[in-house]
Amino acid sequence: MSLSEMLNIGLMQGFAGLSLFAVLLLMGLGLAIIFGQMGVINMAHGEFMTIGAYTIYFFSHMTELYAPKLMAIYFPFAIVAGFVLAFAVGWLAEWAVIRHLYKRPLDTLLATWGLSLGMQQVFRTAFGAKEVSPTLPEWLLGSWAPLPGLDIPINGLFVMGLTLLVTCAVLLALYRSRWGLRVRATVANRVMANATGINTRKTDRLTFAIGCGIAGVAGAAFTTIGSTGPTSGSLYIVDAFLVVTFGGAASLLGTVVSAFGIAQTQSIAEFFTTGSMAKVLTLTLVVIILMLRPQGLFAAKVRR
Amino acid sequence: MSVDDRQGPPSHNRRRIMQGLAALPLAALPLWARAQAAQFPTAKVNTSKLAITDTDVTVGQLHSSTGTMAISETGSIQAEQLAIDQINAAGGILGRKIKVIKEDGGSDWPTFAEKSKKLLVNDRVAAVFGCWTSASRKAVLPIFEKENGMLYYPTFYEGLEQSKNVIYTGQEATQQILYGLDWASSEKKAKTYFLVGSDYIWPRTSMKIGRKHIEAHLPAGSKVVGEEYYPLGSTNFNSLINKIKVAKPDCIFAAVVGGSNVAFYKQLKAAGVTASKQFLLTISVTEDEVLGIGGDNMAGFYSSMKYFQSLDNANNVAFVKAFKAKYGKDAVIGDVTQAAYLGPWLWKATVEKVGSFDVDKIAAASGGIDFKGAPEGYVKLHPNHHLWSTALIGQSLADGQFKVVSKSPQAIEPNPFPKGYQ
Repeated sequence: MSLSEMLNIGLMQGFAGLSLFAVLLLMGLGLAIIFGQMGVINMAHGEFMTIGAYTIYFFSHMTELYAPKLMAIYFPFAIVAGFVLAFAVGWLAEWAVIRHLYKRPLDTLLATWGLSLGMQQVFRTAFGAKEVSPTLPEWLLGSWAPLPGLDIPINGLFVMGLTLLVTCAVLLALYRSRWGLRVRATVANRVMANATGINTRKTDRLTFAIGCGIAGVAGAAFTTIGSTGPTSGSLYIVDAFLVVTFGGAASLLGTVVSAFGIAQTQSIAEFFTTGSMAKVLTLTLVVIILMLRPQGLFAAKVRR
Repeated sequence: MSVDDRQGPPSHNRRRIMQGLAALPLAALPLWARAQAAQFPTAKVNTSKLAITDTDVTVGQLHSSTGTMAISETGSIQAEQLAIDQINAAGGILGRKIKVIKEDGGSDWPTFAEKSKKLLVNDRVAAVFGCWTSASRKAVLPIFEKENGMLYYPTFYEGLEQSKNVIYTGQEATQQILYGLDWASSEKKAKTYFLVGSDYIWPRTSMKIGRKHIEAHLPAGSKVVGEEYYPLGSTNFNSLINKIKVAKPDCIFAAVVGGSNVAFYKQLKAAGVTASKQFLLTISVTEDEVLGIGGDNMAGFYSSMKYFQSLDNANNVAFVKAFKAKYGKDAVIGDVTQAAYLGPWLWKATVEKVGSFDVDKIAAASGGIDFKGAPEGYVKLHPNHHLWSTALIGQSLADGQFKVVSKSPQAIEPNPFPKGYQ
C-alpha cells in the first residue's frame, strides 16, 4: 500500500471516529437534558427518536406523491417537523404520566418503558411492521471525494453539522436564556427555586418536551445512516444511556466529552481489532472508569 | 372442545352419512368435499387425539407479530394464511376445512416455547407453521419432539439440524452459500473475499462454511482477506468499511441482519462503495429487507436465494397476483415468505398421500413428497426433511426487485451435515 493510500485511509478513519462522535452526542443530548437535569430515566427516548424518523418518512412519502419538485428541499422542514412532533408528544407524556412520578424515579423507569412499548405498537399499527426507507434528497447521498481514493460520507458531514447546531443551541438555551436559568435553578434546589417564584412544574414539562424534541431531531438525522422501523429506537437507547451515564448526569460538557471518548475508543478499536471485540473493549473501559468514578466523568454539584 | 366431539363413535359417522348430504346445506365446504370427508372417517385419520372433527382440522401458526422480529415474520404469517385460504377454497384436506389458531411469540424465545406447548398440548393442533429465527426454532424443538408435533419452518438457516418433527422449507446453509461462492469465483473471477456478518449463530456458521469452501474448494489462490462480525443492532460501520478499503477484496460476502443491515448498506453507499466499484454478494437480503434499505442503496449488489419475486413462471405469476390481491398492491414477497407459503401445501400433500393426520405417518412419508405448484418451481422433500432447491443469484435493482442472473443447473440436494465443513 502506498503512502498516499495510507494517508487517505487515516483521514477516512479519523472522519469515521468524528462521525460516530456526532451520532453518539446527538442521541445523548436529549437524554442528557431529561436524565441529567430532571433525573427522569426516560426509557422511551429511542421511541421519541423514532417519531422523528417516521416524520421524515411521512414527509418524503407525501412530497413524492404530491410535490415531487420539492424533493430536494423537504428534508430540513421535515427535521423541524420531527422536533415539533416529538416535542408535542413529550409534552403530553409529561402531563399524562411523568409528572405524577417525579418522587418515584424507579417507577418512571417502568412507566416510560411501558410508554416505549405502547409507542412501538402505535408505529407498527400506523406504518406496518416492516422497515421503511424514506427517499432522501440527492444531495444527501453518496460521498464527497476531494481526492481520488478519499471518500468522505456526505450523510456523516450532515449529521456532524446538525449535531454542532443542536449542541450550540442547547448550550445557549441552557446558559443564556430565562428557561435555562429556571432549569438550572430547579436542578440546583427545587424547593428554593419554587420559593423564589419559579414555576418548577412548568419548567419540568418544558424541559422534558425539549429533550424529547431533540430526540426527534436525532431520529430524523439518523434516517440518513440507519434504519426506520417500529423498533429502530431500541437500537440507540443503550448507547444513549451509556454516553449520558459515563459523562456524568447533569453535565452537558460531560456528555460531549464522554461521547467523544467512547466514539474514538470504539472506532479505533474497531479498526485494529474486530467489531465485537471493540464493543467489549469500550464497555470494559467504561465499566472500569465508572467503578473508579461512580458519578461519571464530570459531576455537577447537585443537591438532591 | 370435548374429546367426544373430536372422536365420535363410528355409528355417529355412519348415521350422518345415512342422513344424507342434504342435511348439511349451510356447510362451508362444497358437497364433494363433504363426501370426501365421509371416505376418511375421523376415527381413522386421527388416531392420536388431534383437534380434528368430521368437518375441520385445526392447525397452529406461531410467529412474532410483535417485537423486533415482526418486521421479518409478517410476510410468513401472510403467506401461510394465503396458502391455507387457497387450500380451503379448493375443498380443504381430506374433506376438512383448515382452522387456524394464531399465537404470537413476541420475538421472545421462551414465549415461543410456551406457546408451542399450548398449541400442542391444549389445542392438540395437527401441525404448526411457524418460527423464523434459529433461536426460536431451537427453543421449540424439544417441545415438538416430546409432544410429537409437526413444525413447518420457513427460514433459510445454518443447517446442522434434522428432526423427525420439523420440515425445513427454506434452504440450509450449503444450498445457499456454495452455489453463490462458486458463481462469484467462476463468473466474477473473485479471488479474495471479505466476510461480514452479524454476531450470532447463523452468520457465524454460514461464514465458517463459506471460508472452508473458499479455501478448500475454489480454484487455487482464492482466499479470505477479512472476517468480521458486528453485534446485532450495530449501526455504525464506518471503521469496517475503511478496513474493507484497506483489504481491497474482490468480493464482499455479507450476512448482516436486521436494523444493522440497513445501516450497513446506507453507509457503504455514503462511503463511495457502490456496485460500480465493488462486487458484493449477500445471503441476507431479500425484497423484504430492500424495503428498509432502499433500492438506491442496494442497486447492483447480488443476493443468493432460492426465490425472487420477479421469477417468471406461471406458478409465481399466480402467486404474486393472489398475494397482492389479499395484502395490497405494494406488498413485496421475499425468499422466506415464499418458503412459508410452501408449508401448508407440503403438509396437505403428505396428509393426502398417507390418508391420515398422524404425525408419525406424516414424518415417515414426507421424504419424496413434491409440490408442482410452488412459486419457486417444482420442489421435492428429501428424506432428511429439507427441500431440494434450485439456487438463484439475483442482482438488486433500484426499484427494490431483483433480476435473476444465474440459476443452478439442477436442484441442489439438501445436506444439513456437510462433511469437511464443520
